[in-house]
Amino acid sequence: MTTVELGKQTPPPAPRPKGEPVLSVRNLAKHFPIRSKGLIRRKVGDVHAVCDVSFDIYDRETVCIVGESGCGKTTTGRLVLNLIPASSGSVVWRGQDLTTISSRGMRPLRRDMQIVFQDPFASLDPRMNVNELVAEPLRIHGQYRGENKGREQVRDLLAQVGLNPEHGSRYAHEFSGGQRQRIGIARALALKPRLLVLDEPVSALDVSIQAGVINLLEDLQEEYGLAFMFISHDLSVIRHIADRVVVMYLGKVVETAEADELFRRPSHPYTQALMSAIPLPDPVKERERKRILLTGDVPSPVSPPSGCRFRTRCPKFANELDNAQREWCVNVEPALEAKFTAHEAACHFASARTDILEVGADMRAVPAELAQWPTGRPSDEQASQPMSCAPEDGAREPIRISDDVTVDAEGELVVEES
Amino acid sequence: MLETHETLKEGTQPGGPGVDKPTLTEREFTVKERKQWQMALRRFLRHRAAVVSLVVFVLLVLFAFVLPYFWHYKYTEFVSLCTQSNGLAGPCSPSLKHPFGTDSTHDMLAVTMRGTGQSLKVAFLIAAVGTGAGALWGVVSGFFGGFVDSTLMRLADLVLTIPSLALAAALAHKGGGSLVLIGLILAGVAAPYVARVVRGVVLSLREREFIEAARALGASNTRIMFRHLLPNTIPVLLVNATLLIAQGILAETALSYVGFGIQSPDTSLGVLISTNQGAVENQPWLFYFPGVFIILIALSVNFIGDGLRDALDPRQTRERK
Amino acid sequence: MTIDLEVDDTQREADPDALLVVDNLTVSFPTDDGVVQAVRGVSYTVRSGEAMGIVGESGSGKSVSSMAVMGLLPRNARISGSVRFRGQELIGLDEDEYAKLRGNRIAMIFQDPLTSLNPVYTIGFQIAEAVHAHHEVSKQAALERAVELLDIVGIPYPEQRINNYPHELSGGMRQRVVIAIAMANNPDVIIADEPTTALDVTVQAQVLEALETAREETGAALILITHDLGVIAGHAERIAVMYAGKLVETGTTEEVFYRPRMPYTLGLLGSLPRLDKQEHERLTPIKGAPPSLLNLPPGCPFTPRCPIAEDICDRDEPALLAAEGTGHAAACHFRSRVADIDAAEMFGTDAADDAPEVLA
Repeated sequence: MTTVELGKQTPPPAPRPKGEPVLSVRNLAKHFPIRSKGLIRRKVGDVHAVCDVSFDIYDRETVCIVGESGCGKTTTGRLVLNLIPASSGSVVWRGQDLTTISSRGMRPLRRDMQIVFQDPFASLDPRMNVNELVAEPLRIHGQYRGENKGREQVRDLLAQVGLNPEHGSRYAHEFSGGQRQRIGIARALALKPRLLVLDEPVSALDVSIQAGVINLLEDLQEEYGLAFMFISHDLSVIRHIADRVVVMYLGKVVETAEADELFRRPSHPYTQALMSAIPLPDPVKERERKRILLTGDVPSPVSPPSGCRFRTRCPKFANELDNAQREWCVNVEPALEAKFTAHEAACHFASARTDILEVGADMRAVPAELAQWPTGRPSDEQASQPMSCAPEDGAREPIRISDDVTVDAEGELVVEES
Repeated sequence: MLETHETLKEGTQPGGPGVDKPTLTEREFTVKERKQWQMALRRFLRHRAAVVSLVVFVLLVLFAFVLPYFWHYKYTEFVSLCTQSNGLAGPCSPSLKHPFGTDSTHDMLAVTMRGTGQSLKVAFLIAAVGTGAGALWGVVSGFFGGFVDSTLMRLADLVLTIPSLALAAALAHKGGGSLVLIGLILAGVAAPYVARVVRGVVLSLREREFIEAARALGASNTRIMFRHLLPNTIPVLLVNATLLIAQGILAETALSYVGFGIQSPDTSLGVLISTNQGAVENQPWLFYFPGVFIILIALSVNFIGDGLRDALDPRQTRERK
Repeated sequence: MTIDLEVDDTQREADPDALLVVDNLTVSFPTDDGVVQAVRGVSYTVRSGEAMGIVGESGSGKSVSSMAVMGLLPRNARISGSVRFRGQELIGLDEDEYAKLRGNRIAMIFQDPLTSLNPVYTIGFQIAEAVHAHHEVSKQAALERAVELLDIVGIPYPEQRINNYPHELSGGMRQRVVIAIAMANNPDVIIADEPTTALDVTVQAQVLEALETAREETGAALILITHDLGVIAGHAERIAVMYAGKLVETGTTEEVFYRPRMPYTLGLLGSLPRLDKQEHERLTPIKGAPPSLLNLPPGCPFTPRCPIAEDICDRDEPALLAAEGTGHAAACHFRSRVADIDAAEMFGTDAADDAPEVLA
């Protein structure tokens, strides 16, 4: 039985790559102001696109950020590259905090950290041919040394990404989607960066073409020792390429682990639901799988739910917990911590499931996990702690769920009037 | 590249007889390579009026700048007059010797060529300088946004509220009717129009991902503006420049007509019309020939602009309507 | 271009269950550069209650072929061949009769639900209207049925939701409203064209669940058009794989997924990263890109990307032929050979893409 093993085993500490991380993100947050319409455009609120996100990236490592649309993964990528200023928190790149650097001071650092965009159609200047596109970063940083040598550099780069260097004088629109994405990769590689932020690099491509680009990225990482921050919504691609995975929901990290560990024992209900929602290209398995269906839609990031942000759609909250336990979810923000599994999950009632990808495995929570669950109701003090990135900061009134307060299908609290 | 190709052929070919195929990726597809400008050209050529206008316009330019070298009268040269019906010597009516006739001193064909040339020069100057300045204005305004944008755009509004012809007349008169000065002044008045259009285009371009990509590469603001934004406004600039030529011709005419344009002994189409308006009754050729040329230039340039706009419009597809 | 198509005889029109018979359907669009042959002789039969999947990459003609079936192509499209629904020929039907058929006997679900919802009416009104069209019931009863239908497709608080306008709902909910309307019409066939492509995976799961429910309730046949092999695997009994405007492989889902007989299908499966595979295997990309459907050269359109292509492939386009005694057909000269080859073995795991590109 897989689950019994789970409980007995004290999980080994997650193996960390040696040395200092090249990139270290701490408590990163980004709030976009919402302004009223009209002349004055008064600020009427904040969208909490990214809230309290922390992770590290080591050399030669692929860290994947996964989540659905609106979870803040793309914003996180832009924040890491300092393309938009962070509201708070820090992005430390080899000892230097990028959030405090001016855009002028940032320019030389951009040699080391590059980005590949999702849309290979929009991210290439339509008025430049391939040679010019790939030479552009070299010219910007004064590394385009003479027409002959520069041309040679560009040819090398094109060959490296698997394009025919003879096609350098063509324009981007003359290429297929996969080849355009390769042009984007060649451009990002031109300055020999150490970190590549890949923002959904293959989601716009057809499957047969996507595979070639993924293989290319793997080869390049191997050859140049690149660190990848790979942003995607597609768990299949992530399982294939990731060393470590950060799962985001509504601007926050809900679970993070080594890739193998995460896919073997997802612990957060959201990660579990996400995994079970991915259709498998295998008719027999696909028909036998039991899906965890989430209800409702992602709440607005303008006013995220109190406590755990996922509770409004959480199947565990709706079906498995009693009212005392629900009070934890409603009032207390779960911390991202490794309780019993080898990895961190932000859920009070986390329990690993092994039955999501393996058909027929057991899924009940084991005693070791249950022992870590909070008991009783949260104390008033715990329940009135301010939320991070809450619409209004400061202490709150705890919400008590008693017999006349119930939780509806969408996870909202309903006071029944008798 | 060749290596990978080789590996594929040798190493990963599936077994079985006859599966070895050396030319597996070498077959080209049959779609013709099609560059952006080729597609634009094709669309332009489909626009009949624009093509005819282009031919007319080229002929006009040749007429103004090349033909004078071959015509046996110079515009400064005095010609002998003709005997008129009343027995007095006066301007000749059109004949083989003087196809456009003469006025009281000069061969009208030579003068019209000179006038067309000068008018075109002014128009080209307006188009070039006006478009250039407007593009710069619009790109800076649109790229920086915020305070810079509001300041520059309010300035543009200000210039646009000034009655441009009056301003130009006043300034040109002070400058003594030099062609370059007139061109520059009219260009300055035209620039805000271009700036507004360009700013609009830049505002939408600015949000495109390739601009963010340039920033991520470490490009400076100047580089983003001039190497990425400006080239992408070229279709708009081109269309605007043609329209400015037409407007320039008319503005120069108007200015000269009220006497503040190019001064004699030099001439322009506007000057010719203005000086010969009294002759409509007796020597109509003096008035109508320059008039026809003004209309020809303005019309043809407008049609060319129309054709360009259709040709360069990115919404156009290959699909036939 | 007419192609001699010999689809397996088992599903010819003699079939009494045949609901929708598409026969040698060809669609082309005239353009400046010549004629684009979007669909080149597609034939298939859908039987009552069955779920058929059409899978293909962008530009393979999968959407165009279904639009042709539904009579929704722009006027400049040239359509030939035949589409028979319960024996009635649809090609050449006039717009009024087509409209009667659509959303009545044939329901459609598009990628963007807003194309099928009227923005100025509440969703309750729109569902009730569909109920009315088929049952002589009071307004109140129709609304009650609307609530019931919304509940069936998994929309929370259906009593309140019926008063919402389409723009007030999220994409996933709209798509479920469209499904509810389809159910109200009690159609014989539901054609779903990339119904979940624009949605997040968790929402996609909800919508697919609603689609399954709708099928159970109405007993309708389903034509599911998608590029996602995972979605197809779980929701179709039979699959047709499309490439360059033609069906290149048809068969039961198991046959196609476990023993593909067309190199393209094999390559497609090999290039999918798998969530259910723990060991790290290299993906096997297919080099190059699909051909342009403009002035397609003779021969098999997959030849330039195919590792086992031979001279014959350049000359003759293979017909869709069934293997002995099965309904599993593939359009490949070497179909019997393909069945036993591994994707990695055939395509290699190379990362380069030096194949000649296709210019759009």
